[in-house]
Amino acid sequence: MESLQYLSPTTQFVLFSALKILVVFGVVMTGVAYAVLVERKVSAWIQDRVGPNRTSPFFVDYIPVIGPFLVRLGIFQPMADGLKFMLKEDFTPNYVRKVYFWLAPAITVVPALMTVAVIPFGSTLGSEKMVIADLNVGILYTFGIVSLGVYGIVLAGYASNSKYPFLGGIRSSAQMISYEIAMGLSVVPIFLLSESLNLGDIVKYQADHGWMILKQPVAFVIFLIAAFAETNRLPFDLPESETELVGGYHTEYSSMKFALFFLGEYANMIASSAMMVTLFCGGWTLPGTLLSTPSASFLVGLLHIGVFLAKMAVFMVVFIWVRWMLPRFRYDQLMDIGWRRFIPVALANILLTAVVVAL
Amino acid sequence: MSTKVVDRSPLTFYERTYLPAILGGLKVTAKHFADTVFKGKSVTMQYPEERWVVPEGYRGAPYLVKDQDGATKCVSCQLCEFVCPPKAIRITPPGAEGQPADRRNAEKMPKEFEINMLRCIFCGMCQEVCPEEAIFLQKDYSLTGESRTEMVFNKEKLLKLGGTHAGIQKWKHKLEEAEAQETFPVQTR
Repeated sequence: MESLQYLSPTTQFVLFSALKILVVFGVVMTGVAYAVLVERKVSAWIQDRVGPNRTSPFFVDYIPVIGPFLVRLGIFQPMADGLKFMLKEDFTPNYVRKVYFWLAPAITVVPALMTVAVIPFGSTLGSEKMVIADLNVGILYTFGIVSLGVYGIVLAGYASNSKYPFLGGIRSSAQMISYEIAMGLSVVPIFLLSESLNLGDIVKYQADHGWMILKQPVAFVIFLIAAFAETNRLPFDLPESETELVGGYHTEYSSMKFALFFLGEYANMIASSAMMVTLFCGGWTLPGTLLSTPSASFLVGLLHIGVFLAKMAVFMVVFIWVRWMLPRFRYDQLMDIGWRRFIPVALANILLTAVVVAL
Repeated sequence: MSTKVVDRSPLTFYERTYLPAILGGLKVTAKHFADTVFKGKSVTMQYPEERWVVPEGYRGAPYLVKDQDGATKCVSCQLCEFVCPPKAIRITPPGAEGQPADRRNAEKMPKEFEINMLRCIFCGMCQEVCPEEAIFLQKDYSLTGESRTEMVFNKEKLLKLGGTHAGIQKWKHKLEEAEAQETFPVQTR
């Protein structure tokens, strides 16, 4: 730590940023892998099944007592899943538009991962702020980036040159124009209240004045539902809809390229959960305890990150739970709910908040 | 004909908010979740370790059976070979100079009896056609092997898997009667 003092501020910034990016990337990737496991387990439990309970690598024998229990929980399943994806044949059908076909998975994943950059996932560790990019327009950046993911899906639908992916792609674009505006409008009252677009400031505001979810429940509900549409999760998984479109946009994909779409979906879930925690549920703070203010202590810094991750996990479980609960919306129903319900309600909410703030 | 008029009254405002559907969904899924996790009420079976009870009369793999004395029942008539729809059975008869049957009142037994379990469709025609009740569809349904040749079951293997079938003792009394013929006057039981 001593030697760091002699580095120039720029070098320090680059060094710490790179470190944070690496760690956050690692955490998100692990999160994705285990979100898939949780998805499989929860879906199994809801459907009276057992779920993955077989994968046991050789070293399980050396873990006493809890080893078999971990196997039953399927803790090692993500490793096997990852390995499987790498070993599978990466098949490119003859009739696809190759360049776009290769580009589409990347366009889906990259925005999903980029969103995480502005999320303040902790207060401070030492003197370092626990956010990769502390942008003053954080939320605008997020909204700008996050809708790019849809292009990956539309492109995949177009590039596959096959009817089901094509329908999936069309649906995806139809879906995007239904929820995107409502989603954008729903968060405006938050900025009216917090008077800042910086996500760190929003967390600070919530630490001082109470969580946004209590002040803006309407905005939260709209944002939550739009987030389901955003992440292509049931009840709004129109582009994928396995039951009607085979696999939707990723029908023609296999192996690692398919895995990238999968990864994109779950990374999107993580990003949306993180967004909701930051905007509505007080980010890394925990009211009524010491944990609500930034602290110089390393341990408290870690605890803040833990609080953030725990809150995020709750939202992830909600995402997964809802999937096994509701049937899919038709896309005209989604448009109807987006344009004729949410946009007026969101606008009214903005107006009301503005009046209250002005008074 | 009675006509049933289905009630299609428009949804109330509360119903149109999707709330009752969502709450109902939450309730159902939460209940199933809790039942599976805390009460262990899952409907699945851990297959290779747990197996279902094979019911009586189940048509599994056909095996050859032995009679009450442990002798081969099959007399190598080859009816099953001819009737077998997928041609899974191949019988090599003993021939004129072959080994005699190991039960006393049969003329011959097969030199080799092979069933290709990869071809067998478990239809039960062989069991139906067999005049000696020597072949039965039994309860095995999951046959595995590492090669195609391994899946061709020979006579020895089929007899071992088939076990003894002493239920129908077709020739037992005939044999006794035939032996009684040796001494005159005939003594019936």
